[in-house]
Amino acid sequence: MSATGIGAAVRRKEDRRFITGTGHYTDDINRPGQVFAYFVRSPHAHATIRSIDVKSATAMPGVLAVLTGAELGADKIGNLICGWMIHSKDGSPMKMAAHPALANGKACHVGDPVAVVLATTLAQARDAAEKVKVEYAVLPAVTDPAAAQKQGAPQIHDVAANNTIYQWHLGDAKAVDAAFKSANHVTKLDIVNNRLVPNAIEPRAAIGDYDSGTGTFTLWNTTQNPHVARLVIAAFVGMAPENKLRVIAPDVGGGFGSKIFIYPEEVVALWASKRVGRPVKWVADRSEAFLCDAHGRDHVTHAEMAFDVDGKILGLRAKTIANLGAYMSTFSSSVPTYLYATLMSGQYEIPQIYCEVDAVYTNTVPVDAYRGAGRPEATFVVERLVEVGAREMGQDPAELRRRNFIKKFPHQTPVIMNYDAGDYNASLKKAMDLADYKGFAKRKRDSARNGKLRGIGFSTYIEACGIAPSQAVGSLGCGVGLWESAEVRVNPTGSVEILTGCHAHGQGHETTFAQLVSDRLGIPIDNVSVVHGDTDKVQFGMGTYGSRSGAVGMSALVKALDKVEAKAKKVAAHLLEAAEGDIEFKDGKFSVAGTDKSAAWGDVTLNAYIAHKFAGQELEPGLKEGAFYDPTNFTFPAGCHICEVEVDIETGNTEIVAWTAVDDFGVVINPMIVEGQVHGGIAQGVGQALCEGAVYDKEGQLLTGSFMDYCMPRADHLPSMNVDTTVTKCPSNPLGIKGCGEAGAIAAPAAVINAITDAIGTEDLTMPATSSAVWLALQKANRMPHAA
Amino acid sequence: MYAFTFHRPQTVRQAASLLAKNQEAKLLAGGHTLLPTMKLRLAGPPQLIDLSLIDGLAGIEQSGRSLTIGAMTRHNDVNTSPVVQQAIPVLAKLAGMIGDPAVRHMGTIGGSIANNDPNADYPAACLGLGVTIVTNKRRIKADEFFTGMFSTALEPAEIITKVSFPIPKKAAYQKFRNQASRFALVGVFVSKRGSDIRVAVTGAGSNGVFRVSSFEEALKKRFSPKSLEGMTIPADGMNSDIHGSAEYRAHLVGVLARRAVAEAIGKSAA
Repeated sequence: MSATGIGAAVRRKEDRRFITGTGHYTDDINRPGQVFAYFVRSPHAHATIRSIDVKSATAMPGVLAVLTGAELGADKIGNLICGWMIHSKDGSPMKMAAHPALANGKACHVGDPVAVVLATTLAQARDAAEKVKVEYAVLPAVTDPAAAQKQGAPQIHDVAANNTIYQWHLGDAKAVDAAFKSANHVTKLDIVNNRLVPNAIEPRAAIGDYDSGTGTFTLWNTTQNPHVARLVIAAFVGMAPENKLRVIAPDVGGGFGSKIFIYPEEVVALWASKRVGRPVKWVADRSEAFLCDAHGRDHVTHAEMAFDVDGKILGLRAKTIANLGAYMSTFSSSVPTYLYATLMSGQYEIPQIYCEVDAVYTNTVPVDAYRGAGRPEATFVVERLVEVGAREMGQDPAELRRRNFIKKFPHQTPVIMNYDAGDYNASLKKAMDLADYKGFAKRKRDSARNGKLRGIGFSTYIEACGIAPSQAVGSLGCGVGLWESAEVRVNPTGSVEILTGCHAHGQGHETTFAQLVSDRLGIPIDNVSVVHGDTDKVQFGMGTYGSRSGAVGMSALVKALDKVEAKAKKVAAHLLEAAEGDIEFKDGKFSVAGTDKSAAWGDVTLNAYIAHKFAGQELEPGLKEGAFYDPTNFTFPAGCHICEVEVDIETGNTEIVAWTAVDDFGVVINPMIVEGQVHGGIAQGVGQALCEGAVYDKEGQLLTGSFMDYCMPRADHLPSMNVDTTVTKCPSNPLGIKGCGEAGAIAAPAAVINAITDAIGTEDLTMPATSSAVWLALQKANRMPHAA
Repeated sequence: MYAFTFHRPQTVRQAASLLAKNQEAKLLAGGHTLLPTMKLRLAGPPQLIDLSLIDGLAGIEQSGRSLTIGAMTRHNDVNTSPVVQQAIPVLAKLAGMIGDPAVRHMGTIGGSIANNDPNADYPAACLGLGVTIVTNKRRIKADEFFTGMFSTALEPAEIITKVSFPIPKKAAYQKFRNQASRFALVGVFVSKRGSDIRVAVTGAGSNGVFRVSSFEEALKKRFSPKSLEGMTIPADGMNSDIHGSAEYRAHLVGVLARRAVAEAIGKSAA
């Protein structure tokens, strides 16, 4: 292993600019003559818009225009779309309601954009927005997914009876019923997977800039996938042909999924820039972000697991109602279906699984993928069932897991996925050793002496990453292919630019991608630059989400590097006057086998461009190669997280006192970055488990609309974490990478809740397990000593 | 934020006169509640009167058995003052629990108690220690000063100049934080000074900071957590919201009062 190659804990090249405030985010960009957009948003969760009077707003100082859905319609700007088709059990397609970028006669959630003011300054735009008079006829609202389907619930979209988008299922219901009939024990749970607000540190932003001279649009945007944004805005919204639309995603401060989607605001910024003839800038403030960034999770589930007399799992069935909010966001339909039910087998050999999912509209912010996307929800269901099952049957939760682990690979689950490699025993064992599982009983006694209830919880999770084989996802309804692209441009002096279709918004690609090149070409990572996030510079690519950039994006880079090496060998053969087949390339040096003749990397790259040593008509000058890589399978990162908590019996407050994570991510490029990803993922998962939760009131107002009420996890929620790995190589990609970005967020919630419920001795606890929720659970379980 | 006129008077008299002339004016004494509210356009005072240039409004002084803290003294200065740490250590500690470093370097004691946020820490300390609030017009006992949520006995054009703290024999503050805002979900301040026993509660009450006379009576017999065992307060009148029910808050008042007394007498707070 070289000092900067694969496996080296190289410090991130990005750190200097991110830590010293010299990054370049969308809000740092200002276009000559730019004006500001401010959105008038619905204060009501559900209302008919009777009229919009923009007269006095338009007359306000600095105002260029006030635009509404009427103008949008007149200009034939198309609706936003959901790009993954799901069919119901009865074969009918999902009920996708129209989603205009500005409300068309009806507002469906608090924050739904109703009009936009364009003005010379932001303050002027905001002042004028207060003068826009919207006459609403308020309708009853529904926010709870389980309530949305009930008779008499307010109907949000005509196209979806009972607010039901689809009633989907996966698996063999009859076989599962039969398995349950033969069960010795059945564990049943009602689970709420709480709604989360993503809260990336950088709020979303967009600058639309129409050039009337060339008829082209440029969009600077906080997006995780600029090409997908361009494709949707060109092909579906109809703003401009793809070649007349450039999308630039500069530095992006965190996404967690919420910046995958194509939102109304960027569409409006582009459209308005043509309308007013000026660049249009919009930057969300935090309050706005709470009301317009797609939320995550929000499932209500009943799940059951059947065990035989030996504790072997016979079957699992689950019925989930998934809240998709007021409109179907870009990939919302896939999250509670193919990213959820397909992971219901966990790490276990489960002969039969059946999962039903109803997706519903409610008068809430749209819900879509959020770090883990479906897989945290599945893991929570499976890992809670296994843990509770062990408790009910009086078995050790680790032993019950071990007994049911899949041990032979490849393994075909009953829910589509074919696991390629893993060693679940190895990660469990290592985690138990690191966590000193054997010493837990003593620690529990010590805690009890201090008036604390101590608990321990496991989460042996699995995820499907490396998203995804295009043919496979196409057969499941996905509207795009999920391959990735890379181009390697070698400069005459030997330095290298990599153009990747992935996009980094905190992941450290500028370092890890460079490490791969350094490893392959034997050049310092400082001689490698990563170019991404600009559709005019980079070939079409699918972007970054689903822990895919390593497994898919770097695999594309490997393919391109293979081509570069092959071409460079041809050049080297001419330079060294040897046969191409005799050229060996190692550690940045080309040599002729069996001789001491060699040429340095830089000599060969220079010769590739000056082309003095070969006939340019026979061997093309230059050294630049591209590749598209389409994975043959998902990757299956898995691992074991063990959480240990102390609960204050009097206040219900939970302190996480220890955390052990042993993950199998396959081959690790940069262990420091991987550890950081695990830390961040755990923090988000702990946030979901302990404190985060979006709460709506009956009228559909978001009660948790700021950090005063929406609790993000902080440093003091977390212990110092014990993070380690085991490695089984992923057999389906050239580097053996599985992906690490979402693991923590997937594993953590179940580990936390399993630990708290172990401590308090009752399973009747919902997330987030705030101190008041834990206290209430203790009260209900009547275990509370009458201290008061 | 809406436009406003910004005044920076040099004396309390000038400030009071500006305040008298401009009914809707607001005093700026740190601004960590006011300015965020203005930024959200939930408040739009046409005039802001900044007190930070007035000489003599900030400072800490001990004379005999009392400690005087100027109204414009920043939380951080109270937190790090050797005088406060010596005289009323719990007060220094409490100041260090307010908000975050940015808030503590701007926020002031006068601003905090004039605002009387029902979840703020200083009102609990003031009521729990039986302070006297000195204004440009008069001296007001803490028991008369805090009149309800976000309301005080301050009259129009009345400006707090300092707060006079009697030095207790024993005192402690237990703050159970709202995990989101980090304000007190419930905070209980207890003190003992001769026969004067005080138990003041912030965060819990739907009408702001209040004293718990039943707890005080019990502690008068013996200043020990044991005296409060089995005691509780009714959930009526407690706040109830997404962060905790009235019953939970009432329960916490008992728990935290016992822990505060334990801490005050030097026992582990459990």
